[in-house]
Amino acid sequence: MVAPFSRTFVIEGRNFLNAGKASTAIKGMLKELGVSPGIIRRVAIAAYEAEMNVVMYAKRATMAFSMTPSLIQIQVEDEGPGIPDIAAAMQEGFSTATREMREMGFGAGMGLPNIRKNADDFTIESTVGKGTLLTIRINIS
Amino acid sequence: MREGFRSIRIDGERCQGRMACMHICPTQAIRVRKGKAHLLQDRCIDCGECVRVCPSNAILPRTGSVGDFSGFKYRIAVPSPVVYSQFGSDVPPAAVLEALRRIGFDDACDAAHASESVSIAIEEYLEHGGTPRPLISPFCPAIVRLVQVRYPQLLDHLIPIESPMEIAAREAKRLAVKEKGLKESDIGAIYITPCPAKMVAIKYHPRKKHSFLNGTVSIPEIYQTLLQALREVDPSGLQDEIRGLGLGWPILGGQVASLKEEHCLAAAGLSEAIRILEEIENGKLGDIQYIEMQSCPTGCVGGPLTVENAYIARGRVLRMVAKHGGRPSQDRERIRELYQKQFFSLPGKIPSFPLEPLDEDVGRALEKLRQKQQLVEELPRIDCGACGSPTCTTFAEDVVRGEAEKNECVFVAIDELEDISARKQKRVKKHVARARGHREGHRP
Repeated sequence: MVAPFSRTFVIEGRNFLNAGKASTAIKGMLKELGVSPGIIRRVAIAAYEAEMNVVMYAKRATMAFSMTPSLIQIQVEDEGPGIPDIAAAMQEGFSTATREMREMGFGAGMGLPNIRKNADDFTIESTVGKGTLLTIRINIS
Repeated sequence: MREGFRSIRIDGERCQGRMACMHICPTQAIRVRKGKAHLLQDRCIDCGECVRVCPSNAILPRTGSVGDFSGFKYRIAVPSPVVYSQFGSDVPPAAVLEALRRIGFDDACDAAHASESVSIAIEEYLEHGGTPRPLISPFCPAIVRLVQVRYPQLLDHLIPIESPMEIAAREAKRLAVKEKGLKESDIGAIYITPCPAKMVAIKYHPRKKHSFLNGTVSIPEIYQTLLQALREVDPSGLQDEIRGLGLGWPILGGQVASLKEEHCLAAAGLSEAIRILEEIENGKLGDIQYIEMQSCPTGCVGGPLTVENAYIARGRVLRMVAKHGGRPSQDRERIRELYQKQFFSLPGKIPSFPLEPLDEDVGRALEKLRQKQQLVEELPRIDCGACGSPTCTTFAEDVVRGEAEKNECVFVAIDELEDISARKQKRVKKHVARARGHREGHRP
């Protein structure tokens, strides 16, 4: 059993200039690895939504990508406000986005539901006032 | 089978290995080895940026000359509407067609009217065609190829509608068969092109076996003779009347301006195109219906094989559209009927040509990716290119793939040399010390 390949990215909250760079880098690696287009697309959407959540709501986060020949895992651990009601946040259309965020095309309340839709396994742990840990897993093949 | 034909070739005799092409290539498809540039065909997307910058004129487009088509009994020039923008403002498009008929072509046919009919077909498709959205224009061959190579999962976003140059050539051939009693195989349709990429679209049409075009001649290739012929054309006796919004297609935004749909974008330049494709890949932009996407920043008027300054040409196109764009060249109802009859549709699937993975086996590929990232950390990451790869990251990839040696990096080589000389110095010092000891030992 080979050790999983891993790489960690730092995401800064409110930094819209660099928003999306971590998910773009992950996509680039998956293409180099010859992962099938369908899986890349699911990882891309899940990683991008998770990254944008950090940019919009949190102070900072680490996004840890790791992969074995059978599994892709993305773990996003942020320092931020946390999610008081996870069940509500998982519903489509639920959003706490500000007007500015909506004007930028975000905050349609599709973030977390979209991650769940594209992941094979998705867990959230959150502590209000401290931060949130998302674990996204997508099986290969 | 991988697509082996690219729109350019590098002349090894002329190439001096000066790396301008390698640095500008947006897909890192050029390496310089043993002082000569080499094209990695799998990575090249035919954008032609290298053609513009080569200081030695060693990058040659695979376009032809008028004489190459002498095997055809009847030769029809199909000039890109860009050609209309290459001469003075007082030269009407019809004069360009007339001049083409005097420099070796039996006929010349306008393609701007075909652009207008394609605009109507796009509107129909946007209204009645299937998902996904946004749809992307497939008329820039470099964009199509970019999607094939780097974004294969977005291939179904390319709108399945035939290009204006194909429609124009098909109609011109049909008319010549009907009116002149010629066999279709006797007719050569030659596109007068502002870029080398069109040659690939003709030779390897992404969705079908045969193109209606038989080849290309570049604008610079015939510019001189065309200019001379234009001087003798009498503008008062011209037979063609060129009009309609298709005239605006050569500039960025020209396609979108010809559509009724409001939720459209026009994006140009490869870095912008890549940004947009990344966004679509992330599941964004679904509220946009259609994206006109061009590889050249100013649209086709700025193609690598144009003569006139792109901004002057753009101004001329805008004036042409203001003057002749308002009157349609096509009957909308007739085009709709043709659309219903599949006149514009391209049913075939576009093949993908994804880049070769680091290894066929995912486990080994992961190991190579790890090695690559380790190596990147050791490199200076200033992308000097002295190793012959365009960036430190591509160099690391080349090393991991076994196509380059680590110490081809001058910084790695200097470290190795210093290490060697340090070890050598140490050895010499030891010898000296020993010799000194002997001498001192032998002193009386």
